[in-house]
Amino acid sequence: MKPVFLASALLATVLTGAAIAQSGAPIKLANVAELSGGGATVGTNWKNGIDLAIEEINSKGGVLGRKLEVTHADSQSNPGVARAQVQKALDAEPYVLLGPGYSGSVKVTAPLAAEAGIAQIMGGEAAELTQAGNKFLFRTSFGQQSSMPKVAKYINDELKAKSVAIVWVNNDFGKGGRDSISKEFAKYNIKVAADLSTEAGQADFAADVSKIKAAAPDAVFVYVNEEESARILKELKRQGITVPLVGETTLVGQKVVELAGDAANGARGHVGLTTDAPVELIKAFRDKFVKKYNYVPDHNGLKGWLAIYMIKATTEKMGKVDSKGFADALHGFTITAAKEPGILMDATFDANGDIDRQGFLVEIVEGKQVVKQVLPKLNN
Amino acid sequence: MSNLLDLLIAGLATGAIYAIVAVGFTLLWQTSQTINFAQGEFVMLPAFLMLAVMHAGAPFWLAILIGIALSLLLLGLGFKMLLVDPMLRHGVLPLAIATMALAIGIKEAAKQFWSAEASPFPSIIPGGDITIFGRVVALQSIGVLVLAILAVLGLTTLLNRTSIGHQMQAAAQNPTVARIIGVPVERMILLTFLINAFLVALASLLITPIYLAKFSNGEVLGQAAFIAAIVGGFNQVRGAIAGGLLIGVVDNLSAAYVSTQYRAAVPLVLLIAIILFRPQGMLGRPEERTV
Repeated sequence: MKPVFLASALLATVLTGAAIAQSGAPIKLANVAELSGGGATVGTNWKNGIDLAIEEINSKGGVLGRKLEVTHADSQSNPGVARAQVQKALDAEPYVLLGPGYSGSVKVTAPLAAEAGIAQIMGGEAAELTQAGNKFLFRTSFGQQSSMPKVAKYINDELKAKSVAIVWVNNDFGKGGRDSISKEFAKYNIKVAADLSTEAGQADFAADVSKIKAAAPDAVFVYVNEEESARILKELKRQGITVPLVGETTLVGQKVVELAGDAANGARGHVGLTTDAPVELIKAFRDKFVKKYNYVPDHNGLKGWLAIYMIKATTEKMGKVDSKGFADALHGFTITAAKEPGILMDATFDANGDIDRQGFLVEIVEGKQVVKQVLPKLNN
Repeated sequence: MSNLLDLLIAGLATGAIYAIVAVGFTLLWQTSQTINFAQGEFVMLPAFLMLAVMHAGAPFWLAILIGIALSLLLLGLGFKMLLVDPMLRHGVLPLAIATMALAIGIKEAAKQFWSAEASPFPSIIPGGDITIFGRVVALQSIGVLVLAILAVLGLTTLLNRTSIGHQMQAAAQNPTVARIIGVPVERMILLTFLINAFLVALASLLITPIYLAKFSNGEVLGQAAFIAAIVGGFNQVRGAIAGGLLIGVVDNLSAAYVSTQYRAAVPLVLLIAIILFRPQGMLGRPEERTV
């Protein structure tokens, strides 16, 4: 009897210890992002934002007493590689999947995360991503269906443009943006003077800008990724295009300003997130980021940071680390900056995983983003 | 019509840079049967060397000088002594494969040491416009074109009007006879490598303000210059110049009048046509080799 009792006691001790170890074990997150290739700016900012948020949360005791731990994988800005990396990441059963940032990569990886029942918090902005009924996908920024109406309204009301040249990148992100803005232009009877598709990673925009010059539009809408935005801004300046240049976050981001230099001055755009926003919490985030990484982040740095605070707030709302219940808990959830300062601005997530939050209209003036207008949340 | 003029000027400016790089291809081929598939990466690297010098606090002009000197050392002397000389005795193909490996090595090293992100790079040509025949043209386009033409003119003068140039040509055409008549063939070959290193550094200086400094720049440039060299004539400097200019213009015109998506395919179609109907290239001369 005695040996049996001792064995039972030993087993109980081991099991209890394992349970304690389990409850105190780090919460594992997996990030798959564009750490090289054309989207390196996107992925690097996103990753740095994630690391910064995790460092801050862990230094304050973690989430429900458990530290956060993240693994980073490089999608090489290639949807095929992204899919393989996401599959590998899901095999390790992370609590939540982070990334990718490119819409094309999100599109091919979202079904994998949904099948695994793991919530995926990503940076893609293509409208279609959250319209396919995927209940595990969440945005960190506005989708094109939210931002393009605001851009078109600005071009019509403020710039009074009657004809616009559209320059877009030939991928899921670009096509989605081009389709959304074209629909909006039609509502305002704005003529599309030139419809120019460009390639991801394109280096030479001389021919495209010559076509814009020939079309003589009242404004140019530019919807390409950051590095290409910088290149086309330089070429537009080189060829003397002086009409207003309007875009979205990818035209007026910090990296674009850094790369394009003077050529970025005057570019305007709608941004869901900007480190120049007149919001104290965002300014504090910017200072922390600059202190750690020695450069000013673009909106992708903010997105990465917010993704982690979305996880923290949702997990604390549930009161437990429940991977399967995470998506349900985040749908319809409003995270307020008063309760969770890390979320920076009040944000609501709808049943599709789309985000509602205030946005900004900015213009680049002397190499800096200047917020011209603050746009409130759609549903207060 | 005015649009066509803009496209031609922009195409010639880009094409002039392709020409400089393509000339390097032909020089190396003629003197040492080296097909340098790392030529694009050779153009990418000097810009990063110059940026590194600038980050250390040097002014742009000094960074240019040091960048060119480092290019001569690494991409001229180092390339010849550490890769070409040991590999060439194994034949042209192993050397070509070794340059492919070198291209990957340089690209990944640039990514590792600097960043996968693009970096801005200053231009040696001031911004602004000038008016030519009533058309406003970017000073940068004209500046790139003029500098590239000057470089090519300087090179052809060196090759055709100087004793060193004649010795280089002799070393390229028949090294055995050149040795007999007292031409220092090895030194001439080294000089060719140094000229190539200078040309890629110049091309880097001209193209990087437009393309931005990025580790992957060599892919586009190397391919365009290689096609230009074949289209123009791999064994003729003047062929490489013509090929470079043609590819620059064709690329721009096809992007404007054919399709942006297929722009990269048009020079390749041209390449296939040349291989099929005039394998020696537009201005090249037929070569026969014993096997």
